Amino acid sequence: MVTRLSFLGVIARVFMWAFLLALAVVVLYPLLWMTLNGFKTNAELFGDPFALPLDWSFDNYAKAWNRGVSGYLGTSVLVTLTSTVATVFISAWAAYGLTRVDIPLNRTLTAAVLGGLMLAPTVALVPLVRLFQSLGLYNTFWALLILYTAFRIPFTTFLIRAYMIDLPREVDEAAEMDGAGRWTAFWRIILPMCKPILTSTVLLHILFTWNEYLFAMIFTSGSGVQTLPVGLTSLMSKHGTDYPVVFAGMVIAALPVVLLFFLGQRYIVKGLADGIGK
Amino acid sequence: MRATLRRTLGLAWVLPALVLVGVFVYLPLVQNLQFSTAKWDIYSGGQEFVGLGNYTKLAEDPVFWSSLGNNVLYAAVSIVFQVFGALLLAALIESVRSERWQRALRAIYFIPSAISLTVAGLLFYFLYEPNLGPLNHALRAAGLGELAQAWLGQESTAMSAIIAMSQWQGFGYSTLLFAVAIQRIPGEIYGAAAIDGVGPVGRFFHVTVPLVREMTGLMAIVTLSGAFQVFNEVMVMTAGGPNNSTQVLGTWLYRSGFVRNNFGYAAAIATVLFAITLAVAVAQLWVTRRRRVEW
Repeated sequence: MVTRLSFLGVIARVFMWAFLLALAVVVLYPLLWMTLNGFKTNAELFGDPFALPLDWSFDNYAKAWNRGVSGYLGTSVLVTLTSTVATVFISAWAAYGLTRVDIPLNRTLTAAVLGGLMLAPTVALVPLVRLFQSLGLYNTFWALLILYTAFRIPFTTFLIRAYMIDLPREVDEAAEMDGAGRWTAFWRIILPMCKPILTSTVLLHILFTWNEYLFAMIFTSGSGVQTLPVGLTSLMSKHGTDYPVVFAGMVIAALPVVLLFFLGQRYIVKGLADGIGK
Repeated sequence: MRATLRRTLGLAWVLPALVLVGVFVYLPLVQNLQFSTAKWDIYSGGQEFVGLGNYTKLAEDPVFWSSLGNNVLYAAVSIVFQVFGALLLAALIESVRSERWQRALRAIYFIPSAISLTVAGLLFYFLYEPNLGPLNHALRAAGLGELAQAWLGQESTAMSAIIAMSQWQGFGYSTLLFAVAIQRIPGEIYGAAAIDGVGPVGRFFHVTVPLVREMTGLMAIVTLSGAFQVFNEVMVMTAGGPNNSTQVLGTWLYRSGFVRNNFGYAAAIATVLFAITLAVAVAQLWVTRRRRVEW
């Protein structure tokens, strides 16, 4: 009986491993194919899609870089950095007010800020275009900075607020005894204590901003303000016959966030788990 | 008096967040309702009140209904793969004995979720490509050459091909979250079940499934709300074609407003989208309420 069970157990384990590994191949193969295609020539690409590139040169990467990817990358980096700083700072500021300052209408204000979580960007699209046109911000870097910040404040505030609520009250009392004002307490004591959740929110915001497409596509059209996701589709339409260059551009766009994920995996998981679990 | 002033000044903490969310999230939402009752040209600026005209046109628009149908199909498939499939997969990963392998598998499965939908969409555009795409090559090599086809180029397969790509892109995200939820279950519960002679399948149904129920509910809602906001992958792979067969509410809204210059109509589609996402959000509140979240 015991041996029969363990025999079945072995069979089950073999099947489980076969399944898990097959799934890993399904996930990794397209990514590997994409990376290899960045090294191929157009003729090789149209030949056997499974063959390895004959000549491992970085020509396509250089071409992609010179045909606009460097510019898109620059815009993406700029938009990502500025909106990350703005979003995380404004959200932490609000979370501090909502959790540690005695303010009127606290519950209503909390609901008002976090309620934004429920609204889909698509729904606000038409009025937003008009608003940004009338503000003269259409097709500028500012449009993306403002939209990414405004639409991510609810989620980011939600995460930081949940963390700040659990910090002990004695900290604030001790700060007050030492004569620290609100600003000092926030900046010198509470923010440093929130470092783990701040790291999570920074990483999650970078993942979001780097990959965002809807707003970027609708609010920018000039090549000077396009981010990578939109830039890649322009690269595709402009150099649509030179596929290996497009593949090289895709790899350049994907690599930074994949690396970031591996470096910050622990924090990304924590942020997601806290955000969805609470 | 001074105390009241002090409390009021405390509002300065919340003000920047409130102003940004108010002006750029809530205000457009209200304006959208107003725009949906007008016929207007964004370039000339001319607006004409048409009441519910846009909505009656919407009700008679076959593309609107097929878009909605595509969103529903998308939601149904995603629930199967990204909620139930992901839960099962997460349980399998957690039953792997080596912690290093567990971590590696979770990370591998998550990679597609870290890259942008644009990159993933373009990548699958090429994978499905009839001539250079590996999918058709593989089918021919396996002797199934008659199955090789223009996956994105014909009405019968395009939507399924896009949905398949989305599952590839998204399942690792929910698997990761389910894995975290399973890790939070105390090991003693599994130990006790094992001592009682409950096998791995029984442990999955009698311990794992009930104890991650909240996460399952939340993932269902996140998946559902995502399925009605689909835009990016469709835009990159087919832009709604061929013959509007892959149109979803998001792309139909975009096309109506920004390509056909019919912004009142686009606003009406946005209202429908809003009603659906609101219903899903209310469901989310109902699920989270049971956790007694303090506000």
